[in-house]
Amino acid sequence: MTPFRKDSANPSMVRDYGEDLHIFASRQTRVVLGLFMVLAVLAPLKLSNFQSTVLDYAGIAAIGAIGLNLLTGFTGQVSLGHAFFLGTGSYTAAYLGGQRHWPFLIFLLAAAAVGALVGAVVGPFALRLRGNYLAIITVGLVFTGQHVFESWTSVTGGLNGTSVAAPPRIGPLDFSRLVVFGHRFGRDQGFLYVIWVLVALVALTSKNLVRSRTGRALQAVRDRDVAAEVIGIRLARYKVLAFVVSSSLAALAGALFGSYQQFVAPGDFGLFVSLQYIAMIVVGGVGTTFGPILGALFITAMPRLIEQFSDRIPGVASSPGASGITIFSLNQAIFGALIIAFLVLEPRGIAALWLRVKAYFRAWPLSY
Amino acid sequence: MNDFLQLCFAGLALGSRYALVALGFVIIYKATGVINFAQGSMVTLGAYFAYNFHRTWGLPFALAVVMAVAAGGLVGALIQRVLLRRMVGRPVFGVIMITIGLLFLLTEVMASIWGYDARDLGDPWGIDTVKVGGVVLSVKDLWGIALAGAVLLAFFVFFKFSGIGLAMRAAAFDQEAALARGISVRRVFGWSWAIAGAVAALAGISLGSGPAAVTPSLGLIALAAFPAMILGGLDSPLGAVIGGVVIGITQTLTAGYQPEYAAFLGTNFHVVMPYVVMIAILLVRPYGLLGTKEVHRL
Repeated sequence: MTPFRKDSANPSMVRDYGEDLHIFASRQTRVVLGLFMVLAVLAPLKLSNFQSTVLDYAGIAAIGAIGLNLLTGFTGQVSLGHAFFLGTGSYTAAYLGGQRHWPFLIFLLAAAAVGALVGAVVGPFALRLRGNYLAIITVGLVFTGQHVFESWTSVTGGLNGTSVAAPPRIGPLDFSRLVVFGHRFGRDQGFLYVIWVLVALVALTSKNLVRSRTGRALQAVRDRDVAAEVIGIRLARYKVLAFVVSSSLAALAGALFGSYQQFVAPGDFGLFVSLQYIAMIVVGGVGTTFGPILGALFITAMPRLIEQFSDRIPGVASSPGASGITIFSLNQAIFGALIIAFLVLEPRGIAALWLRVKAYFRAWPLSY
Repeated sequence: MNDFLQLCFAGLALGSRYALVALGFVIIYKATGVINFAQGSMVTLGAYFAYNFHRTWGLPFALAVVMAVAAGGLVGALIQRVLLRRMVGRPVFGVIMITIGLLFLLTEVMASIWGYDARDLGDPWGIDTVKVGGVVLSVKDLWGIALAGAVLLAFFVFFKFSGIGLAMRAAAFDQEAALARGISVRRVFGWSWAIAGAVAALAGISLGSGPAAVTPSLGLIALAAFPAMILGGLDSPLGAVIGGVVIGITQTLTAGYQPEYAAFLGTNFHVVMPYVVMIAILLVRPYGLLGTKEVHRL
């Protein structure tokens, strides 16, 4: 005699722990995701170069943001050092893919492995330091990393940067010159497939990690690390693990970034980049799987859209020397204002905004 | 030997500037538990205020300094009042993120008011120097060191003897207990932001006067003051000053000797040296030299 009828067709209610662990909340979610994937496969046929570029960068950022979210959102270790791991990945790609001509998939994996290794070296710091101290030490990591990137000229090309001649070739398919059934994809459009397939894989991995025993341990560490330790979770293991996974994903994103942009310089991995990634997970929704992807789309697309439409925004100097604030200034200011607005008004991010809209319409017309 | 002493003096001068910036961080951290990433832009803002009062309005330098310090304090209090008061009871991470947002917003607001060009704040001390033994001490640096010392002394007196100072210490020690004793924690938070703003303005003036002009990137030094603050311990004013001096001297000594003796570390290694020192010290003492050790409770 069960008090509740099990009915997974109704997505609005989670009634037992098993349901809570489902990878997709309901059949509805699965259908929507399926439709979305079909759309994603077809979209590159129609997207312009500009739109594809925006989505390429957003996808790359999404991979990095999912990584940071595992560390900060799920394990509670605030890291401002993400840019350093991105850089590690980029330069690994530049060296192994560009100078040594390793195949695409191999140097991506190698970059992720190097990222994991560096993460394993940095991770133990999190055991000694907590909260604010950890955040600042990771700031130090970014600056130290920049110095290494600038000084180790044989690999990084120094201050002037290095070109990354690592084409995205998998077997016979070269995604920068993709031809399918006679349709010739542009470089930006071809890259969309590589990047967003990886985003999907990484998101799936992250979701699966989070709903596993390991994921629960990570969240316990986030909620109260002393309590987690008391109930038998090995802090050292899980904190380092979170760093390893997060930095290997960052390095993967960095390798893609290098391969796509074909050129990287130390300036691409400054503190600002770290702050952008933090902003992505905050704006998207900390501790959710979709949040970082939404945040990455938002934070990457916004400045490019503003740049594109700057001549229509009043008070912006669209050419050098004209009066008004520069596009760069406007972007930075909006970026700052957005972070503040989200934290004050909706700390759970875009993901929560969406849930709120959904809840409103579900109860309509009785919603208030 | 003279070279060494000269470098040490330069380090002391640099360190006292770091210390001033770090003191601003420390006072906010001590009262509210938040690292204020916007401290750097508050430093720059103070320098711009002084520039505006002194050069644009033509007020005497000393008066401009006093007014800039007051204005800096006002801005600090305003930030606390308008934004951070809403965040009471929310996770500290959120508040820190807000200060990061402020960093961007303030920097661009300043850039759109005063532009990106370097502004000359004036040079009240000129290039006068005093010679002690074989070491040449510039008057500007001596003023900088004296200023950091004076602010530290003022902090000490303020915390020890004034009512607000006592309330701040109580609130930092235990917020709930302070509330129960009738201390207005909100007012304490407001005061600590105001004081941090005022100290930031002083730091900005000290940094921006003389040969170094005022630019929007002046506040970047706040990032270099992080190691100073961490080194001394996040919640110790004395630690901030000691940390600042240690970091300053290490940095100038590195700049002086590293190219000659350890060239393999690359050019401009002295820029990252503070971070290397910081990481090394934190591994040995996770709460800095004088920071309060956190008690872990369930």
